[in-house]
Amino acid sequence: MSTANSPESRSRGKAPAGERLADWADGRLGIYSLAKANMRKIFPDHWSFMLGEVCMYSFIIIILTGVYLTLFFHPSMNEVEYHGSYVPLQGQLMSEAFNSTLHISFDVRGGLLIRQIHHWAALIFLAGMFVHMMRVFFTGAFRKPREVNWLFGFLLFVLGMFTGFTGYSLPDDLLSGTGVRFMEGAILSVPIVGTYISFFLFGGEFPGGDFVARFYSIHILLLPGIMLGLMVAHLILVFYHKHTQFAGPGKSNKNVVGMPLLPVYMAKAGGFFFLVFGVIAIIAAIAQINPIWAIGPYRPDQVSTGAQPDWYMGFAEGLIRFMPGWEINLWGHTLVLGVFIPLVLFPLVLAVIAVYPFIEAWITGDKREHHILDRPRNAPTRTAFGVAWITIYMITLVGGGNDLWATHFHLSINAVTWFVRIGFFVGPVIAFVVTKRICLGLQRRDRDKVLHGRETGTIKRLPHGEFIEVHEPLSQEALHTLTAHEQYQPLEIGPTVDENGVERKVKATEKLRAKLSETYFGEESQIPKPTVEEYKEITSGHGHH
Amino acid sequence: MKKLSARRRHPLAAVVVLLLALAATGGLYAAFAPAGKAQADEASQSLAIEEGKKLYTVGCASCHGTGGQGTSDGPSLVGVGAAAVDFQVGTGRMPAATSQGAQVPRKKNIYTQAQIDQLAAYIASLGAGPAVPTKEQYGPEGADIAKGGELFRTNCAQCHNFTGKGGALTEGKYAPSLEGVEPKHIYEAMQTGPQNMPSFPDTTMSEQNKKDIIAYLNAVNSSETENPGGLELGGLGPVSEGLFAWIFGLGALIAVAVWVAARTAKAKKS
Repeated sequence: MSTANSPESRSRGKAPAGERLADWADGRLGIYSLAKANMRKIFPDHWSFMLGEVCMYSFIIIILTGVYLTLFFHPSMNEVEYHGSYVPLQGQLMSEAFNSTLHISFDVRGGLLIRQIHHWAALIFLAGMFVHMMRVFFTGAFRKPREVNWLFGFLLFVLGMFTGFTGYSLPDDLLSGTGVRFMEGAILSVPIVGTYISFFLFGGEFPGGDFVARFYSIHILLLPGIMLGLMVAHLILVFYHKHTQFAGPGKSNKNVVGMPLLPVYMAKAGGFFFLVFGVIAIIAAIAQINPIWAIGPYRPDQVSTGAQPDWYMGFAEGLIRFMPGWEINLWGHTLVLGVFIPLVLFPLVLAVIAVYPFIEAWITGDKREHHILDRPRNAPTRTAFGVAWITIYMITLVGGGNDLWATHFHLSINAVTWFVRIGFFVGPVIAFVVTKRICLGLQRRDRDKVLHGRETGTIKRLPHGEFIEVHEPLSQEALHTLTAHEQYQPLEIGPTVDENGVERKVKATEKLRAKLSETYFGEESQIPKPTVEEYKEITSGHGHH
Repeated sequence: MKKLSARRRHPLAAVVVLLLALAATGGLYAAFAPAGKAQADEASQSLAIEEGKKLYTVGCASCHGTGGQGTSDGPSLVGVGAAAVDFQVGTGRMPAATSQGAQVPRKKNIYTQAQIDQLAAYIASLGAGPAVPTKEQYGPEGADIAKGGELFRTNCAQCHNFTGKGGALTEGKYAPSLEGVEPKHIYEAMQTGPQNMPSFPDTTMSEQNKKDIIAYLNAVNSSETENPGGLELGGLGPVSEGLFAWIFGLGALIAVAVWVAARTAKAKKS
């Protein structure tokens, strides 16, 4: 490891200062072996692999700006009279939390900009995680060995939602207070324990005098702490598994083709951090976010129209808004289904996407490792499932903003709500069918391109008068890329009666699995990719196409 | 006296007497008739009612009936007062288009203020109702902006949004944005409760409170409003902010990522 004490180096005199410093550090931290293992780590180049970086950098920006905000924020619900520089609130009673947020916005140097960077970065962080998650989903990057990392990422998304929600609640303004009230209502709808949980959370009847301080601890300590740990684990696993790559010439399941971490990716990633910071700072400098001074301090007796949560909680809002106000009265107790059902649906919608990798692994029965990404079209059922999920999510999001859809498109809010109610059930089905068809169409196109070449648009007239379009054969590289994916065969249950005539009992799960496998890989669900024989047959020169 | 009696048979004597008498009565009338001004006003008022009635017959009677008694197409206007007329016609809501949607929208006003006053005079003559407020009532002098904000959030924000950007009501109806609405019209709307809006007569919301609310709106939702923090994005809260974050935030970052990924270090070819 260390060479400082070897006779050669001594004979050449003192080593340079840098080398001695590195030797000193290596003797104590073991940096040489760490660097040897990681400095030449290869990362493939693709813009979609940088979505995770967008998330990581915006997370870092949130932490940095958040630390600045904690220096001036008072997480207290004590009532004070406002005497700051914003005139339209002079003399109003408000909590210290709201007062100090106004102070940050108007009287702390750079306070408003930092607040806006913090909030915009949070919205972008969550949006980035959503898109990053969808990238991983549609390319099948969640397959073995990355299922656990998929769950880590999913947890980061969910924790990000709640960190965002608690942060949105801290200023104690009329908008966020309405959001907290919304959450309290959802908790109260839980049968039997709802009231107890609510009293436990708020330290008594809502709003009480505690929730800002409690949310503050959760927002700045508990949740970000867990997220930071999860993010490190997420990154360690990325290093451990090595990055996935798209199929291409020279790329296999056993290698990674790309650039080394040092120096190329260090420079790129470092530069990209500043680009992300720059974009977020520009947005925060030109666009206002959460103008709490215009919204006013929270009072439980006041409420405004257009009270929505930040976008990542918008689908929870939507679930409540389009749910009919059903309730059941039994033995003097009320079960508020209109709130409780959305509360149950909220985690379910999220869980569906989280457990998907395990469902797919069970259906395929594939225990091998996968480091080559799928093109979405080559996994039509998975892609269709993902699009159906996004459709549910987006339709519910529309429901969360039904009032703004109504006012901005001159529609009836009732019509928008009914559209969302029907769309919640019909939308994903349509999206599933349409997406699958599109994927199959694209597969056919790929097959056609491989066998018949690229349409050049050049029209040629043959001596006998026929017009043909000249097709140009694809390069060897392109042929490889288009045919590199493997295709599963649907699962067979096999004979149910053995050679001795004894009937084998087929378990229901086995039948289900075979059926699902048929929907995934049956004739209806994938276009057989061209075989070498087909290619040779067609390109061996029998006529033109 | 001799001179006078000597000329009493003069041919012009009668004329002189007549002139004197006329001057005396005229002078006496002028001196002893302070009610004269009121009477003149009444005359102009009745003239206004007369004119207003003509305008009414042309523009309003087809729906509200020839005497303002209302028909199946429009409500009775007896007792709505001049304030209601000034609001409805002044904001262009009345006369309404024949094929209106769920709600009569604000549009360009086609009457002059003088004509509106005449219409208002006519409607006010049908039955007692709230009068058009004066500038002292809705002007910003002596208003408490902060108190107005509190009152606005308690009474108005449910429909009109935190700062009066408007919001949706059921079945296509809506609470309109209060941006650019004249203070006088806001006052009248509170007083008369047009369309779906509840009315806030002086017994439930005092004159001073109305003044406070108008001053608050002027401070937070007008062309003079200072807007710290940059573009307001419609002032609609998290929905427009989320849309902006997705399109311009993440959109820009993805564009940057594509740009960075496209510029990779190339291996040197010898």
